[in-house]
Amino acid sequence: MTETVISLRGVAKTFGAFRALDGVDLDVARGEKLVVCGPSGSGKSTLIRCVNGLERHDEGEIEVEGRRLEPGTLDAVRAEVGMVFQQFNLFPHLTVLRNLTLGPMRVRRLSRADAEARARAMLEKVRIPEQAAKYPGQLSGGQQQRVAIARALCMQPRVMLFDEPTSALDPEMIKEVLDVMTDLAAEGMTMIVVTHEMGFARRVADRVAFMDAGRIVEMAPPAEFFAAPRTERCRAFLANILGH
Amino acid sequence: MQRAALILALTALAGCGGGAVWGWHVVSPMTEQGVRNLEFLIGGLWNTVALSLTAMALSTALGLLVALPAFSERRALRAVNRVYVETVRSVPILVMILWVYYGLPVVAGVAINVFWAGVLALALSDSAFQAEIFRAGVQAVPKGQSEAAQAIALGRVDRFRYVVLPQALRRILPALGNQFVYVLKMSSLVSVIGMQELTRRANELVVTEYRPLEIYTILVLEYLALVLLVSWGVRRLERAMAAGQ
Repeated sequence: MTETVISLRGVAKTFGAFRALDGVDLDVARGEKLVVCGPSGSGKSTLIRCVNGLERHDEGEIEVEGRRLEPGTLDAVRAEVGMVFQQFNLFPHLTVLRNLTLGPMRVRRLSRADAEARARAMLEKVRIPEQAAKYPGQLSGGQQQRVAIARALCMQPRVMLFDEPTSALDPEMIKEVLDVMTDLAAEGMTMIVVTHEMGFARRVADRVAFMDAGRIVEMAPPAEFFAAPRTERCRAFLANILGH
Repeated sequence: MQRAALILALTALAGCGGGAVWGWHVVSPMTEQGVRNLEFLIGGLWNTVALSLTAMALSTALGLLVALPAFSERRALRAVNRVYVETVRSVPILVMILWVYYGLPVVAGVAINVFWAGVLALALSDSAFQAEIFRAGVQAVPKGQSEAAQAIALGRVDRFRYVVLPQALRRILPALGNQFVYVLKMSSLVSVIGMQELTRRANELVVTEYRPLEIYTILVLEYLALVLLVSWGVRRLERAMAAGQ
């Protein structure tokens, strides 16, 4: 039941003189949904960017699916870890369909027909099957982010990382993206989500982590986390983002 | 618009010169001698085009190749790029042509004909500029693109080939077009080593006909036509690549 998918031990990352991660220990179980929040600069993004090696951690160890993250295993780990970015980062010169088939064809060595079939199934899942032939620039922000989710899913990852997936969206588009993420959670996907959408955290998360100054200061199931934050910093943060 | 400008320029040219006696008959399609001369002049066209096209293709490939080490994390490889660009860029094209034609056979021990000497010299000279254009283009592609490609586990080569390079190309197309025009014009310098291209032909005809103004005017028009053709081609390419976005 509690099989560990991601494990971090004493992970630290320094940018020049700035210590973005200051010794993080974390275990994420299969099927678990972890929401990470915290003030800007607290290390949330750096944390999940280290998990798929977009940032190379300086100290400690990261294991994904029992595989230690190091230069030699980077591509193998990345193939199992999907990532969704705040700015979508779709490939603007490729159609939606090509955005989705590139990874499966080049990395998983699927035939074009198989890759396209999978891509269309994923577009169905994120509820925009009719946009396959368009270019990203022709879509709304919410649609682009859903394509980005579909692109990650086409690799059939074991884990999905979300780096503030709704922060760049207009308010009316946030829901369509969160709905897709909620569906994904219901299917049992292991997810780490950096977000300030506390409603999503309450509904979907198994645990909520609060980060400050490169450390996980507090981590608890949402009911407990929101009802009785233990640290002053976490209380102040929650008062700030829930109070407006 | 372009046609109007051309007519204006020609009228101005015909009107100036005060009391000079014109000798357009040497290049007039109405006289037998004029036709012969025109044919001689235009006879250099194929060589100019072949020379320029080959040099452009080679310099683009070479430019991309030289740009690649600039993206390396290794200092030594980046240094290779810098040294090449700074060295090659500092050699005047005329000097490069002379050096390749007269110097290279001695150093390399191989005979090299006028055409390939010209191609090589033009391509080398231009490749340093192309390398800088490619470098700038690749660096202008947002970092998130490369990260998204990494996130779907694409390897280094695939990331460059399918994600970064196509976007960089789109950005640098106007600059590459500029460079193509430049190579086309600089191909006239290859006349000094005896290449029978447009400029060489014009020079030779001037020697026998003593009509530099008329003959060089035709030469100007020949280059103008070629450059306009290149500009038109590049604009079409830009439109084709921008389709859908």
